[in-house]
Amino acid sequence: MFKKILVPVDLAHLEALQRSLTVCADLARHHGAEVCYLGITATTPGTVARSPEEYEQKLRDFAAEQGKVHGQPTSALCISSPDPVADLDDHIIEAIRTEGADLVLMATHLPRHLDAIVPAHGGKIASHTDVSVFLVRPRESSK
Amino acid sequence: MNNEQSNESVGVPAPEGPANLIDTDYVIGQDNVAASPLGMEVDLHGKVFTISSLVILVFVILTLALQNQVEPVFEGMRAWLTSNLSWVFLSGANVFLVLTVGLIFTPLARVRLGGQHATPDFSYAGWFAMLFAAGMGIGLMYFGVSEPLTHYGTALGGTSVEGGVRTDWAPLGAAAGNEQAAVSLGMAATIFHWGIHPWAIYAVVALALALFSFNKGLPLTMRSVFYPILGERVWGWPGHAIDILAVFATLFGLATSLGLGAKQATTGLSHLFGVPNNEVTMVLLIMGITVIALGSVMLGVDKGVQRLSQINMAMAGLLLAFVIIAGPTVLIATGFFEYMLAYLKNLPALTNPFGREDANFSQGWTAFYWAWWISWSPFVGMFIARVSRGRTVREFLIAVLIIPTVISVLWMTALGGTGIHQVVNLGMENVASASGDLQLFEMLGNLPLGLITSTIAIFLVIVFFVTSSDSGSLVIDAITAGGKVDAPKPQRMFWAIIEGAIAVALLLGGGLAALQAMAVSAGFPFTILLLFACYAIVRGLMDEPRGA
Repeated sequence: MFKKILVPVDLAHLEALQRSLTVCADLARHHGAEVCYLGITATTPGTVARSPEEYEQKLRDFAAEQGKVHGQPTSALCISSPDPVADLDDHIIEAIRTEGADLVLMATHLPRHLDAIVPAHGGKIASHTDVSVFLVRPRESSK
Repeated sequence: MNNEQSNESVGVPAPEGPANLIDTDYVIGQDNVAASPLGMEVDLHGKVFTISSLVILVFVILTLALQNQVEPVFEGMRAWLTSNLSWVFLSGANVFLVLTVGLIFTPLARVRLGGQHATPDFSYAGWFAMLFAAGMGIGLMYFGVSEPLTHYGTALGGTSVEGGVRTDWAPLGAAAGNEQAAVSLGMAATIFHWGIHPWAIYAVVALALALFSFNKGLPLTMRSVFYPILGERVWGWPGHAIDILAVFATLFGLATSLGLGAKQATTGLSHLFGVPNNEVTMVLLIMGITVIALGSVMLGVDKGVQRLSQINMAMAGLLLAFVIIAGPTVLIATGFFEYMLAYLKNLPALTNPFGREDANFSQGWTAFYWAWWISWSPFVGMFIARVSRGRTVREFLIAVLIIPTVISVLWMTALGGTGIHQVVNLGMENVASASGDLQLFEMLGNLPLGLITSTIAIFLVIVFFVTSSDSGSLVIDAITAGGKVDAPKPQRMFWAIIEGAIAVALLLGGGLAALQAMAVSAGFPFTILLLFACYAIVRGLMDEPRGA
């Protein structure tokens, strides 16, 4: 059903992504789909890496590690941005097009009042693309 | 510093590609506090955020509560600094100019910010619009007519001496009774204040920040620049103090400008449309500016700040073209070169830090301006740095130094020259007698389509404040987040709101003058810091791989 799954990841918060990564692995195995891990990093030094090049290398290593977990082909797409927080949605939507992904799978938080002012990325992506979007919420216990 | 890249460095490993990282164990964000109070995620440098927020809060409360006691203290501090230490400001600015211009002609200028393979994040048009709008857009609106007219008037009035001390405010030796010489001297003095010197100050800060962040891998905060001097101590209290001072200067500088800008825009609206010139209008304007700035910071650098800056530059370009065409075109065209020559001729005397006879001018104007530019330099420099990745040092310095200077000269020649022409040749005394914030509108009112151009001018004043406010919020957010530019969005919204709130509080409380004095006072410690930054820049550039 799905040939290529796009998974936006933040390497600084991998612990929060574990549930969505597990779901992704299951789906990739089930559909025999390729998984593209998308990282959007600042052009300035950050917690994970001190340059976009270093971030890209870490993302490639991460994708390769995940490939070993689920046994499906993986790729890594690293986009550097001077303002990653503001440009995140646009970069994901653009990556869906350039990578030819037919499913986007991403972790998201529980609904909150602040969403009215700062909307969650998942909702924005779903309303601006025609591919399927799978949002994975944290466990109930982690509320 | 290590000359070879290594993937074995402790802490954060080195990247691929030709850049020369500083080897440090510090991990960006390691001192940050990440939490979700009330469902709102925050990622802040605990000490810098807490102390700067508290200091700002205490300062605002004290200024409002003890205004009569506090204001003379700050005014006195400002007067003492600019009069007794004017030589420090003038010498410092000269050093910054010599360094930045000199670097253009050295092989060090081949270093590319972000590494030799880095590519620019923004087009020339977008990049230039942003650095100019953040740098001095609003000042050119405010002082474009009033400063040339003021210097012309004082120069024409000649010198006056009491008790062996000059009491006039004329630049250099004045030009008593000689109209043409007074115009030239007035324009030369104005160009001096708005030309290459301010941009050299910004260039030092921006180049230092870009170099130590993009090429050396340190966080994008002021403290990083001082790593070659302070070493690992830069991550401790000396670094905290530098960053807190940067937040303080930026926030108060912005809040003061917001307040002053609201005053000018209200004056313009009152002059044109009869809108009540009172505090309610000013507060509504600040709220409006803050709401637009909030929208802009939410949209980010690319879609928010860059677009607004480009709109502003286009509108300012139209206004400039209109004044040149509708005003004394030939006078402006010839004046551009004449005033530039007058500026170059007077430059050695204007930059002289010692033994000045024109103490009122050199201390009250030049030293005050230099202190003001320097106190703004963390904000403008950091913003320029953030949008300049991928440029070579030569490209960067030429763009930051030369192009804005030429445009500033053209702007001052057109607006100031037209204002002086209206007073001197056409006898339109309404321009000369108007208050500083009204002179622009009076000058435009004397030209055709005055209502339309004045409305555009008010629009420009407001949008220039939005671009200052949104870029300032991004900068303060980055500093208080320990150099992270990907901290949660609500933080940048918080700072944009705080700027507006402080401006409203101090406008109503009457503490803007004290605030301005305080922001200028921050210029002195920064002058000293920037002199050390010059050393750090040269040392940092010498370690970098250079392109062909």
